[in-house]
Amino acid sequence: MNDAQRQAAVEYLLSLGDDELVLAHRDSEWTGHAPILEEDIAFANIALDEMGHAVIWYRLHADLAGKDPETYPDHLVFQRTAEGFRNAPIVELPNGDWAFSMLRQFLFDAAEQVWLEGLGRSAHAPIAAAARKIMTEERYHLRHTRAWTLRLGLGTEESHARMQRALDALWPFACDLWTARPGEHELVTAGICPDGGSIWRTWEAEVVSQLEKADLARPKAVQPTGFDRTHHTPHLTESLAEMQSVARLEPEGVW
Amino acid sequence: MKSADIPTLDQVWETLADIQDPEIPVLSLVDLGIIRHVSIEGSSVTVRLTPTFAGCPALHVMRQAILDRLSALGFEQVRAEVVLDPPWTTDDLSPEARGKLRAFGLAPPARPAAEAALRLEEAVECPHCGSMETDLRNAFGPTPCRTIRFCHACRQPFEGFKPL
Repeated sequence: MNDAQRQAAVEYLLSLGDDELVLAHRDSEWTGHAPILEEDIAFANIALDEMGHAVIWYRLHADLAGKDPETYPDHLVFQRTAEGFRNAPIVELPNGDWAFSMLRQFLFDAAEQVWLEGLGRSAHAPIAAAARKIMTEERYHLRHTRAWTLRLGLGTEESHARMQRALDALWPFACDLWTARPGEHELVTAGICPDGGSIWRTWEAEVVSQLEKADLARPKAVQPTGFDRTHHTPHLTESLAEMQSVARLEPEGVW
Repeated sequence: MKSADIPTLDQVWETLADIQDPEIPVLSLVDLGIIRHVSIEGSSVTVRLTPTFAGCPALHVMRQAILDRLSALGFEQVRAEVVLDPPWTTDDLSPEARGKLRAFGLAPPARPAAEAALRLEEAVECPHCGSMETDLRNAFGPTPCRTIRFCHACRQPFEGFKPL
C-alpha cells in the first residue's frame, strides 16, 4: 500500500467501524423493550455482534493510522463528537417502532453482505480476513431480519401498514448507504475495496425481491435526505451523548 | 533465566488446556480450538488466538488468563495476539469438546458441512434424552455462541452450540 492508499484506507475503515458501532448502540436500546423475550435476546445478540465487528474495523484503522489497536478503539468510541463520525445517517436514526428497527436492520444487513463479499477479496490481506470473519456471523442476522420482514409485511393490516411507513421513510437513507465512502475511489483502483457504484445493484435486486415477497412497495421517487457521512442528523449527537455519558464523567477511568 | 528454567512448548499447551472458557467452563481454550499458534523465543512466549464470535466478551477474559497463567509458568514476556485468519468455525472444536458439551447440557453443532447457516436448521441430538426429534426455536441465545432448541420427545427446551 502506498501512502495515499494507506490514508484512504484509514478513512474507509473508520466509516465501516462507525456504521457498525452506531447501529449496535441503536439495537442495544431494544434490550428490555422488545415485543417478546426471544426477540429481546435476538436483538441484544445482534447488537453485540455489530459491536464486535466495529472493534475489528477500528483495530485495522488504528493499525494503519499508527495508533495502538488495543486502546485506540475506546478513544474512537468515547472521545469523538458527532462531527468526527463517518457512519451513514441510516444507522443513527431513532429506533421508531419494531417495524422500523427490523426493516432498517434488514436493509443494512443485506448491504453489508454485499460489501463484505467484495471486501473478502481485498488486495489488503488483513481487510480480506476481517471481512471473511464477519461474514460468518452476519449470515445469521440476514436470515433473521429477512424472516421478520416477511412476517411483518404479510402479517396483520397494522403490521403491514407500519412496515410500509418504515420503508417509505428508510428507503432514501438506505440508498445513501451506497454513496461512495471516504477513500473509496482511491481504494477501488488498488483492488482494496469493492466499487459500491457497481455492486449496489446486487443489493437492490436482493432487497427488492424480498420486499415484493413481503407485499411492500418500494417508493418510486427517491428524495435526497440532505444528510451524509459528514453531515449528520441531530439524532447522532443525542445518541452519542447517551453512549458517552459515563466515559465523559471520568475520561481516564479504568473499568 | 537459565535455559533449563524456560518452560517447554508442551508445558505451554498443557497450561492452555487448563484455562477454561468463562462462559462454558467444561471447555478449555484448546478444546475450543481457538489457539492457532504458540512460539517460544528465549524467555518470551507468543500465543496467537482467534475469537469464536467477534463480540464475545469472554475473549478479554481468556486473553488475560493466558497472560496471567503463562507469566506464572515462568516466562518474562507473554504476548497474546488476536488473529482472524482463518476465521474460527465450530469445526475447530476438538473431538473431546463435543462430548463435554453434551454432558454440560449444551448440544454440539451438527457435523461439519459446507455451509454453517444451513446447518443451523438441521436437527441436533437432545442433550437430555438423546432424541433427534428436535427443532430450532431461536438462532440467538444467552451468549453469542448458543441457540435455543426444543425436544419433542422429552418436551424440554435446551440450548445448542451455534454452528459457525
